[in-house]
Amino acid sequence: MQKSLQIDPNKCTGCLQCEMACSWENYRSFTIAKSRIKVFSFHHEGRFVPYTCTQCDEAWCMTACPVDAIQLDPVTGAKIVLDPTCVGCKVCTIACPFGTINYVAQTGKVQKCDLCDGAPACAKACPTAAITYVDSDWTGFEKMRQWAGKTDTNPATV
Amino acid sequence: MRHLIIGSGPAGVVAAETLRKADPAAEITLLCGEAGPPYSRMAIPYLLKGGIAEAGTHLRKDADHYSRLRIQLVQARAQSVDTANRTVSVGAGKSLPYDRLLIATGSRPSVERIPGIELPGVHHCWTLEDARTILAKARPGTRIVQMGAGFVGCIIMEGLLSRGVNLTILVRSGYMVRRMMNPTASGLLRRWCEAKGVRILTHTQPKGITSEGGVLQVALPDGSILPADMYLSVVGVDPNLGFLGGSGIELGQGVLVDATMQSSLPGIYAAGDVAEANDCLTGKRQINAIQPNAVDQGRIAALNMAGRPARFKGSFVFNVLTTVGLVSSSFGEWQGVPGGESTEVLDEARYRYLNLQFEGDRLVGANTVGFTDHVGALRGLIEGRLPLGVWKQRLMDDPTQIMQAYLAAAHSMA
Repeated sequence: MQKSLQIDPNKCTGCLQCEMACSWENYRSFTIAKSRIKVFSFHHEGRFVPYTCTQCDEAWCMTACPVDAIQLDPVTGAKIVLDPTCVGCKVCTIACPFGTINYVAQTGKVQKCDLCDGAPACAKACPTAAITYVDSDWTGFEKMRQWAGKTDTNPATV
Repeated sequence: MRHLIIGSGPAGVVAAETLRKADPAAEITLLCGEAGPPYSRMAIPYLLKGGIAEAGTHLRKDADHYSRLRIQLVQARAQSVDTANRTVSVGAGKSLPYDRLLIATGSRPSVERIPGIELPGVHHCWTLEDARTILAKARPGTRIVQMGAGFVGCIIMEGLLSRGVNLTILVRSGYMVRRMMNPTASGLLRRWCEAKGVRILTHTQPKGITSEGGVLQVALPDGSILPADMYLSVVGVDPNLGFLGGSGIELGQGVLVDATMQSSLPGIYAAGDVAEANDCLTGKRQINAIQPNAVDQGRIAALNMAGRPARFKGSFVFNVLTTVGLVSSSFGEWQGVPGGESTEVLDEARYRYLNLQFEGDRLVGANTVGFTDHVGALRGLIEGRLPLGVWKQRLMDDPTQIMQAYLAAAHSMA
């Protein structure tokens, strides 16, 4: 059974442990600006919403890449950026309608969540279980995927 | 079934791959206008910069990718299409038969109509061959006069400067990238380039080019002469459809197609930069020459060619540009719409700018400079036509809250 990140904003306290863990996992530094998961603050509502790639089936980033630098990990289902192949053109960053693949100026490449090879550091670090890594059937991200289907003007049928 | 695809850019290659999946027994021929494996023009700026080797521009990295998929690559250029006999002439008396034809010939550089444009030392920057020429000639101190500061003109600057050249840019209008950036964004780009040592002359179109002792002499309207070792002509592109004259295929700016990507003639399809298809924001047919659109259209055309109905519901223009390291982007109706509203935030010192365009409580367009995080959500908001509700006013007050607005509108997360 493939797993997905499940995010429950109601449980998020905005502690940013997930961002710290993501940054450490990928850069061995606590630089939350480089985190691939981002916690957004809603001041009016007093809420925090962690947000990252859903590894959507449409994979806009992957199909838009002009040099085949984004590939599917058949084990985890993650769409993974191959750093040596990425030229840094950023077409994926505007093609992804979720805004979850982003350019990193320091590396000249794009980055996105790769599910840490099946052991997401953000989920491990989350102290309130706002971020969990669960069987795909359970995931609340299904809502976002449905939304993806609604806005996908040209859904893939092959 | 014999499928013939003219053009081996992203639209053509994705169409060929899709055809193989959808029709395992089909005969698939991909006509390549240039030598070597299919490559991405998008990668050329990074080749100029030295970040990648030529192989890094290839659309697919496996050497046996096409043979494995039984996609036959033929290097030739289409000369004409005989729609009655269903053949494409490739010159030298040779022609290729087809049952289904895809026109994916993309664009070619527009040619300036000035005296001297045919001189040696005058180049475009469009093909890998162009890039090789530029790489061979551009050395520290090489004087390059570049006509044009559109998308291509801007994106190649970093590569040119990285080679230590002396760069002067001529701009016909008053603004750089005027087809994707508003005057404020364009002004930031100009100031940025000038700070990086690029000389930019707006409202300047050369009267002609001559050559004296191997040095080009670019004559400007004010009577002055710019000496140049190389003249780069990057004044836009035109769809590659000259070979379709007399074919009977209905043409506008490009090949006019319906929602199945079929042209006015049954069995003949078009995709990518050469296709004039539905724009989902304006409802009109127009060319949308961006990579994501090319691959979408290539896939949809191929499905229909294979007898699997698929419909193109339209696309809209969005693009991202890096000008000597400064990233800017443009989405949809960035110029605004009649009766619409707009909001913006500008930090000139840091070269940061965000402009949002609304129609009612929906986002319809945006320009960004120096903002790169989560910009894809701008596409999501515009294409999804998502009502922003209370977030419309919050964005009017603070445009940088765009991700919060997106999460609230798209995912009911707040």
